[in-house]
This record gives sequence, C-alpha cells and structure tokens, in this order.
Amino acid sequence: MTAKRPDNIEFDADAVRELALSLTVQAGPLLPILHALQARFGYIDERAIPIVADVLNLSRAEVHGVVSFYHDFRRAPAGRHVMKVCRAEACQAMGCEGLVAALAKRGYAIGKTTADGSATLESVYCLGNCALSPAALIDGRLHGRLTAERVLQLLEQP
Amino acid sequence: MTVSLYIPGDSAACSVGAQDVAHAIAHEAARRGANVKVIRNGSRGLYWLEPLIEVETAQGRLGYGPVEAGDVESLFDAGLLRGGAHRLSLGRVEDIPYLARQQRVTFARCGIIDPLSLADYEAHGGLSGLRVALARDPEGIVDEVTRSGLRGRGGAGFPTGIKWKTVLEAEAPQKYIVCNADEGDSGTFADRMLMEGDPFAVIEGMVIAGLAVGATMGFVYIRSEYPAAFAQIERAIAIARREHLLGTDVLGSGRRFEIEARLGAGAYICGEETSLLESLEGKRGQIRFKPPLPAVAGLFGRPTVVNNVVTLATVPFVMARGADAYRDLGIDRSRGTQPIQLSGNVRRGGLIECAFGLTLREIVEEFGGGAASGRPVRAVQVGGPLGAYWPQSLLDTSFDYEAFATRGGMIGHGGVVVFDDTVDLAAQAHFAFQFCAEESCGKCTPCRIGAVRGAETVAKIVAGDSARDNLVLVRDLCEVMRDGSLCALGGLTHMPVLSSLDHFPEDFEHRAKGAP
Repeated sequence: MTAKRPDNIEFDADAVRELALSLTVQAGPLLPILHALQARFGYIDERAIPIVADVLNLSRAEVHGVVSFYHDFRRAPAGRHVMKVCRAEACQAMGCEGLVAALAKRGYAIGKTTADGSATLESVYCLGNCALSPAALIDGRLHGRLTAERVLQLLEQP
Repeated sequence: MTVSLYIPGDSAACSVGAQDVAHAIAHEAARRGANVKVIRNGSRGLYWLEPLIEVETAQGRLGYGPVEAGDVESLFDAGLLRGGAHRLSLGRVEDIPYLARQQRVTFARCGIIDPLSLADYEAHGGLSGLRVALARDPEGIVDEVTRSGLRGRGGAGFPTGIKWKTVLEAEAPQKYIVCNADEGDSGTFADRMLMEGDPFAVIEGMVIAGLAVGATMGFVYIRSEYPAAFAQIERAIAIARREHLLGTDVLGSGRRFEIEARLGAGAYICGEETSLLESLEGKRGQIRFKPPLPAVAGLFGRPTVVNNVVTLATVPFVMARGADAYRDLGIDRSRGTQPIQLSGNVRRGGLIECAFGLTLREIVEEFGGGAASGRPVRAVQVGGPLGAYWPQSLLDTSFDYEAFATRGGMIGHGGVVVFDDTVDLAAQAHFAFQFCAEESCGKCTPCRIGAVRGAETVAKIVAGDSARDNLVLVRDLCEVMRDGSLCALGGLTHMPVLSSLDHFPEDFEHRAKGAP
C-alpha cells in the first residue's frame, strides 16, 4: 500500500529503533519520538509501537495510548497534500462550513483521503489566523482569506 | 544609500501573501539596481491591512497595505523607497488610529524589530529587565512581580507573583519553568504573534522566572498547529545560547538557565496546565487531580511555574520599569494591559493591546468597524470556545476580569469573535458540546459523557423533538458539568451553551414550538 505513495517511506524496523534511541537523551522523549517517526514515514506504523515501547521500557499499551490520544498521529499514510481546515468559531463566522461543503462537492471530504491519494483533509480547531479567516494549513503552510477556488488551486498543484 | 524595508515574516501575514510580496520586492529591487535591506518583522497586528509593508524614511516608517505581489512594480514606480504616494499608502504606521489608540507594553516591539536580532531587541529595551533581575535576590523579583498586579494571561487570571512565591518556597533539587504556548482557544493569536515577532521577550521572561524561583531549566510547549512559531522559537533559542542569554553563564552573571522547545500533538486539553505537564512527560494529555498544585509537584514531580506566553513576555517590562509602571495601568483588580485579539466577522480584525477598561463596544465597533459582511452584529463570543456568547445589550461591559465575571462571562485569553445576524446560536451551542466531546481527555465522567449527551440533546431541540423537556435537560446537564468536572473544559462548557440559551432564546424557541 505504501509503495503506491512515493511520499511515504517503506517501514524499516531498524530505522525506527535507531530514531527512537537517538532521542532518548531528552526528558520525556515519547512525543518527540512519535513526531520524528511521523516526519520520517508519514504516519505511525502499527509495527513501530512495540519497538518504541521496548526502547523506552514502556508497555505497548502505554505507547498505543499516547499515539491514539493525540489528533496529530496518523495510523495510515496520508495523501500527497494534507489540508487541515480550521472549523473553530472565528472561521465559522466567516463561512468555513460553506468552504467545507464546497470542497466536499469536489470530492474532498473531511476525515478522508481522496481515492487517488492526492489529498487528505482534516478538521482543526484554530490555527491562530482568526483575523484572516477562513484559514487552513496546507502541507504545513498557513493560508488565510481562503475561498474554495483558491483551495482547489492549491490542492491540485502537483 | 541603503533603504530599510519591513515585510512581515509573521505566519498570518504570509498566509495572505507576504512571502510572495517579499520575493517580488527582491526581484524588483534587483531589476532596478536599488539598494534595499529587507527586514522580516513580526506583524503589527493590523491584520486587515496585511501584507503591510513599511519603508524607513526621514518622516518615520511609512506603510503600504494590503499589498499584493502584483502591486510591487507600481509601488516602485511611485517611489516606494522614498515613501512616495500610492493608492495603498497608509502614512506613518504609528499614526494609524487603530495603533495610535493602543498602549503597547507586552507588544511594544512586535512588528517593529527584526525578531531574530538580539541587538535590535536590546536597542528597543530588551534585556534591561533581566539585568535588573540579575541584581536582585529571588524574593525581590517575586515581590516586584506580585506588586505589579500581573495576572496569568492564559485565561485563568491567577496572580503571577503568588504562583512564583509558592515555587520559590518549595524545596527541591530541581525546579522548572514551563511556558504554556498551547494557545488552543479559538479566536486567539497573541502568543503566536509574540513567539514569531518578539521571541526574545518570551525567553527573557523565562530566564527572569528561573532566577525568581531557583529554576535552571525551562520548556516551551508549543502547539503543533503553530509550525512557524515553533521554528522561530527554536531559532531564537539557538541565538540566545550563542549570545549567552541562555546557558551556564547568563549575561556573564555565572547564573545558569537552559530552554528546550517542545511540540504538542493536536490536543486542546493540553492547554490545561496539568495536561500539558503530562504531555511534556510523554504521556496522554490527561489532566491531573489538584492538589498537589504544579507549583508544588509539577513537571516530573518537581515544583514548576507554568505561565502563558503573554504573561512571561510581560515580566521583562515589569522588571525594567518597575511594578508601579505596570500597576498604574488598568482598572480595579485588573491591572496592566490586555492584548485583545479581535476576529471573526469584523471589518478590522487584529491585535489590540490596551489597559483594561475599554468597553466591548469600543472594541467591536470603534476598533473593529462592525461586521465585515456589513450586516448588524448579533453576537460576540469572548474568551475562546468556552466563553459566553453575548448580545448587543452587553456590549457596554468593561473589558476586565471582574466586570465580565459578574455578567456570567470571562475574558479568558482575550479573544473576541464577532458574528453577524446570520449566526444561529442553537448551532453554536451544539458546536460547544461537540467541541467538548471531541477534546475531552476522558478522565472525568461529567465532561466525557456529558458533552456527548449535551450535543445529542441540543440536536433533539433543533429537530423539535420534545424541545421543552430537552431544554430543561440541557440546563440540568450544564449544571452537572459545571459542578462535577475536574477541569475548565467540562467545567466551562456551560458558558457558551447557557449564554446562547439565555440571551438568544428565540434561536431555540421557534423550534420548541414545533416550527421548522
């Protein structure tokens, strides 16, 4: 499955262990390790959990509990573009729900990755761009005063 | 002669094209052989004018905005580098009424200096507070902060000096300073602006806090929704280490202080201080029972100061100018200034730092200019997703902790979100429960179950299903959540819900009567 998506690197148990070990010098290293794994592989593979647990001398349940608690940690590869649409109050006041509906009509549904793997859409509650709403984070870059046309333009870039 | 041009590097300014403008200016300057020094400043907080660029002239800093990349050629033609007139000319930026009317204390440098130039920071008053602190004993620092009347700007409004005193008096081999930069409240962006536009102020405030309580290690916990702020703080920490603002010899004093930046992972609850500490320790962000307070047993069980970004960035001013200079601003028990973040459906959204005591109407109408849609303003939510929705009749309330509390509201972290007359308060009440359900850490039952049941019950009211009975049920549920929840998430969800019910009953009632 991952092979179809060039942006997601193939799972590599040795690399997971090495990455985890390299971050254990920090106090409370689990979140930094999970962030590093997601940055490297695009998601947290189920097979990484026992390795991280072993490195940190935690139970698998404890690591699983942390991975599943936070919205950021993905359990499966994402699309080539990742869009986090703000749906909090300031963006609501400026019509973010209309934006979400317009995108859904074009096949971009919240919480889903498009069938061709081009984009994943997620909800987020506040990006701190409230004075320039509606806002979204697209591939880690903040965008403001968004319209459906502009979003489609950004998502349809290669 | 080299001309200084300021183009904000602030992520919100870049979200509407500041980066493209910077590229276009670099290109145009090179094409014309103009000698230009570009400074990527923070934002002034006049967001409706972003991208707002400024040119340094003999008359001061002259602004242009909102600038698009396509405007750059005509700006150069109009003599941008001499401050020439153009249809986007704003005149002297500091004379723009929105800014001229403010009292910038915590944001005094934001948007003005190069955020990553320690020399610039120092030239604008930076480090003088730390130098004062280095010459005092810990009690002297704590006393100064206590006398200033500074209260926690994260939302709870707890007196900062009292928190520090508790940590100072706690005996432990290690203490910590934790900067809460998990600015999760919707409608707020003051922390983000400071971290991007004046990161050394946050660092200086943390070092002073460390000196005050005897801590040598600090963490900045930044939400992952703020990747630009995280990167900026990391850059500032690296510079601060190199320049001995951090490390084993702070400004040559022989004192030690170190800071590490940590990234959150998308959890609103981690703005609650005990959840944040759990998260920093690498655990699920579930809240802790209190007591013990974090000031007694916080990070890794050690005495810990947890303060918001704005609070910590205000401390250098208090030390440099003295407690009275801060205390003289504000009204009643709300001393000093509050950075108000105005947003939503409003013509002029932005950052307004003023002494406590503006009325909400002055903020929404005079600063904000009313709804962006041109329609009447119907509701204003103050204090984030757990803040109350207020109608026009409450807009004359003074913006301070007590005035809001006596009317069933709270100023929280200072977010003001404006809605026009198309808003449906039943939908907003439903959203408040949904949000609580989504973000509940699950530790206590009233919040975990109550939020889900609340959303279901409001949905029934909206659908006209036993609406009158269900309205009674919602009020009862709000009471249970308010009194029975362990932290402010479940404990304050009643605020947006009940304020909607109390001030906008018509949005629920027409459904209660069975109308569509």
